[in-house]
Amino acid sequence: MIYFDNVSKLYSDGRSAALQEVTFQVAPKEFVSIVGHSGAGKTTLLKMIIAEDKPSHGSVFFESLDVHRIPRTKLPHYRRKIGTIFQDFKLLPHKTAYENVAFAMEANGRSDAEIAENVPHALSLVDLEDKAWNFPSELSGGEKQRVAIARAIVNQPDIIIADEPTGNLDPIATYEVVQILRKINDLGTTVIMTTHNKGVIDEIERRVITMDGGRIVRDDASGKYVL
Amino acid sequence: MVTAIRRIFKAGFVGFWRNAYVSLASIFVLTIALFVIGATMFINQLLETSLSTLQSKVDINVYFVPEAPQDEIDRITTAVEALPDVAEVTYTSREDALAEYRERNQNDAISLQALEELEDNPLGANIAIQAKETSQYESVARFLEEQKSLEQANIPVIDVINYEKNKDSIDTLTNIINATKSASFIVMIILLVAAVLITFNTIRLAIYTSREEIAIMRLVGAGNMFIRGPFMLQGIMYGFVAGILSLLLFYPLLVWLGPRTEAFFELNLFTYYMANFGEIFGILVGIGVVLGLLSSTFAVARYLRT
Repeated sequence: MIYFDNVSKLYSDGRSAALQEVTFQVAPKEFVSIVGHSGAGKTTLLKMIIAEDKPSHGSVFFESLDVHRIPRTKLPHYRRKIGTIFQDFKLLPHKTAYENVAFAMEANGRSDAEIAENVPHALSLVDLEDKAWNFPSELSGGEKQRVAIARAIVNQPDIIIADEPTGNLDPIATYEVVQILRKINDLGTTVIMTTHNKGVIDEIERRVITMDGGRIVRDDASGKYVL
Repeated sequence: MVTAIRRIFKAGFVGFWRNAYVSLASIFVLTIALFVIGATMFINQLLETSLSTLQSKVDINVYFVPEAPQDEIDRITTAVEALPDVAEVTYTSREDALAEYRERNQNDAISLQALEELEDNPLGANIAIQAKETSQYESVARFLEEQKSLEQANIPVIDVINYEKNKDSIDTLTNIINATKSASFIVMIILLVAAVLITFNTIRLAIYTSREEIAIMRLVGAGNMFIRGPFMLQGIMYGFVAGILSLLLFYPLLVWLGPRTEAFFELNLFTYYMANFGEIFGILVGIGVVLGLLSSTFAVARYLRT
């Protein structure tokens, strides 16, 4: 479903590299964790998938589509197939939890009836029905991340990309978020997540890709956190 | 499509309220900018009125000799009236001229007595000519000189053309009018440019505070128009509200200023404001809306480029 073909990303000085000759693929319904130290290239890798960053060499494919050959006007359409979750939540501060989730559907051109039906459903999946009308500033870190997850899944994307989703969370919130991601994966959505939380990796017991210095150094089918 | 437009409108209005401080700051600055633009408009109007009042006080007088045949006088008067540069010609007959002279000198016994000594009316008829522009008196005067030179020596018609006497004051006035017009034009342009730049910068800052939001919207897959729409709408609302506010600000100011400008410039600004309210409303609100819309469109465009 996702295929990296010999992807390298050089910085503007032309010498230091964020990614070096990265090749791997992700099959549908997989749950892939990407681990590594800070600066190992995890976030750059995810940015390549959502076309936020361009590779210097190589190509990234989403199914048969070369991601970096998508014309700019078609990018919003492409991004709607992907749900994204970030360490800093990236919620719209002037919208309530409900409106944040609804915004993703509005941007997608979905009807009001669909929005009225799916948004409460997504919020109940992350157990936040009672905070639907709160603004992000009124929510805890874990709650904000759950809103972000609801927003990521509400359009029923083919794949969820999560960049350090538990990075800012306490252990209990981390546990909840990981449980929700597993549930989403069990329902059939591909998940790619970066993390450096050893507990999270060991608990998921799924494929783990280990990165170091912009290269993939390990790729274990049912991995533990080894670094 | 209809749904998208409805959503853009809703997002625009909601954003306007929820970003109340940013909206207020933008409206405040835009109101001041529009007030400055309005003030230059009023000052310009005052200048224009006082200049045209001055202008109407300038004229060329042609004095005919007392024996001039009436048909020649009529011919010249008609010819002058037909000139394209001439705004108005006032004819004063010999009898009227005499009456005016008596009126003017009614306390001057010697002058009146001298007049009584004469058998005939010593005064000739005259015409007063007003040109449309002060700079056009030159050509009118030239035409009159030509007429005079064409006269037959035994039948004189034109006695004196007082253009040469008035020439210096007419020239000075022409220069003052031209200088004032170009100076006020330059000042207006500078103020206008300043107002536009300040507005543009304020709205750019307002949208700068939303740059994260714009980035998030793009990540969620929102199309450019869907992101830009609410900001453009907010720009229009800033401009509209600021236009109304500046009009409201002018009201009490002009109520107070009106009688004072009437005494000095012979134009009551308040009466002018009320009489031309529709036009002033259109200009100020129109400029506000266009300025707000353009500023926000440009400002958002920066964050929509990849």
